[in-house]
Amino acid sequence: MNQFLSLLLNGLSLGAIYALIALGFVIIFKASEVVTFMQGSLLLLGAYLIARLSEPIGFWAAAAVGIVGTAAAAVLVERLLISRLRGAPVISLAILTIGVDLIILTEITRRIGSDILNVGHPWGGDAVSIGGVGITTNRALAIVVAGILIGAFFIAFKFSSWGIAMRAAAEDGEAAALMGIRLGWVSMVAWLVAGVLAAVAGLFATGSPTPGVTPAIWAVALAALPAAILGGLDSTGGALVGGLIIGVATAMAAGYQDQIAFLGRGFGEVVPYVVMVAVLLVRPSGLFGTRDVTRV
Amino acid sequence: MMDETHAPILEVRDLAVTYGGVVQALRGVDITVGEGSVVALLGSNGAGKTTLLRTLSGTLKLHKGRVESGEVRYRGSSLKGRDPARCVADGLVQVPEGRRIFSRLTVEENLKAGGLGAKDKSTRAPAQERVYDLFPVLADRRTQRAGLLSGGEQQMLAIGRGLMAGPKLLLLDEPSLGLAPRIIGQIGEVIREINRQGTSVLLVEQNATMALGVADTAFVLDVGKVSLQGPAVELAQSDAVQRLYLGHGAEETEAAAPRAGTRKTLARWKA
Repeated sequence: MNQFLSLLLNGLSLGAIYALIALGFVIIFKASEVVTFMQGSLLLLGAYLIARLSEPIGFWAAAAVGIVGTAAAAVLVERLLISRLRGAPVISLAILTIGVDLIILTEITRRIGSDILNVGHPWGGDAVSIGGVGITTNRALAIVVAGILIGAFFIAFKFSSWGIAMRAAAEDGEAAALMGIRLGWVSMVAWLVAGVLAAVAGLFATGSPTPGVTPAIWAVALAALPAAILGGLDSTGGALVGGLIIGVATAMAAGYQDQIAFLGRGFGEVVPYVVMVAVLLVRPSGLFGTRDVTRV
Repeated sequence: MMDETHAPILEVRDLAVTYGGVVQALRGVDITVGEGSVVALLGSNGAGKTTLLRTLSGTLKLHKGRVESGEVRYRGSSLKGRDPARCVADGLVQVPEGRRIFSRLTVEENLKAGGLGAKDKSTRAPAQERVYDLFPVLADRRTQRAGLLSGGEQQMLAIGRGLMAGPKLLLLDEPSLGLAPRIIGQIGEVIREINRQGTSVLLVEQNATMALGVADTAFVLDVGKVSLQGPAVELAQSDAVQRLYLGHGAEETEAAAPRAGTRKTLARWKA
């Protein structure tokens, strides 16, 4: 039972990190109709900037610069590429983001080499015990911070002018434009928010129990992608739920791997996709996705 | 021209528009909307009505359309190159055809979305009050999802949403489309009321009865050109409009009033 609770807690924390990325994915999809595949490199970029800068300027300043820098990179991609290709086929834009993703990934991989960069989290490798269940401080903070960020996002999404503009633009871009809503502005803010969320995810994804920043953390986004899709590509609530489901499922599969050894070693790695496929078989548009997205 | 008492709020001169450089949608259109007036623009499908509105609201580019020649002047200055957001901020607001409300948003959120383009944020609250005064049914349903409204209510929401930006000139694209005759009569009343409150209106319609009932002047667009124009009352009596758009003989000249039109269309709807 204790093991179960521990896995559940750690899974939720992993899920919180996935949810941050999945949310960014969904926001970008809603605002600019781009299926983006560069969340992984944004996450890596954020973590890399923080790790490189935390020695010279201290962790907190480095975190701020890393988050701002990642958001700026996302906005740059949106301004320089995506916004100029408005009206291009969705598939072209998706492949474009894969290209940008590979460029950033390759460059950062070259810079990191075979090192493992230490982010220098002030909480280091400490652990806390919640009701007798152990979890690293880093993972516990991930839940708290992700919870606050996602909560703030949902409030803004529901009540702020930006939120209304974004939902209006997502539903009917031309009608929103006729209301004087600037679609370019909505899209730019979406990329900015997604950049912030990716950097924060990177900040926690590289903390204990993960050893530090290696190019391999780029793959965290590969698990967040099915989270966004199983939640329903265009549902922000779905991104949160999808992230948590994938996180818990992954943690469980890793924790009980001896019991499920008949499925093969390393089954945990493919769990996100197995869960996604299982959900899509039952609900083809995801848990909370709009079912009539293709209706014109 | 026919509207000497008012300075024009909108002047369209010799406007030609093509799509993709090949399809010619407008070929030299001249239209004037006097300040404070209601102008009806009639025409069948493909006549170029929607293209004209797209040109005015700055959304032509979204449809790969291009102004080849001519000029559009709104309140004395050219609209050339003005994007939709600028148009809205300047008080030129279009209510799109087919309502196009944001069905997943609540009624109130739809209105808020309509107010986002207003230049002056302080006008939003009074604008919302005005819309709720005009359409009490929207006030009753303010927290409901817009998609749950009936067709007529959705059209009212679309018009109310357009009013949120405080338009000086409201462009209405076929507000009667797909609505029951009784509701069309109500829409006509609402357009009159909006105009009474000081907003000029360019009303694009296929329902000539309602449009000519509320308009001061009217233009008939035919394959990209203005084929007829004049005071709405006169146009309603002209043989060509009678034949083409009202579909009956000259005895029903009072068809110009929305009420009369309502009765007439009702018969067809019930058939």
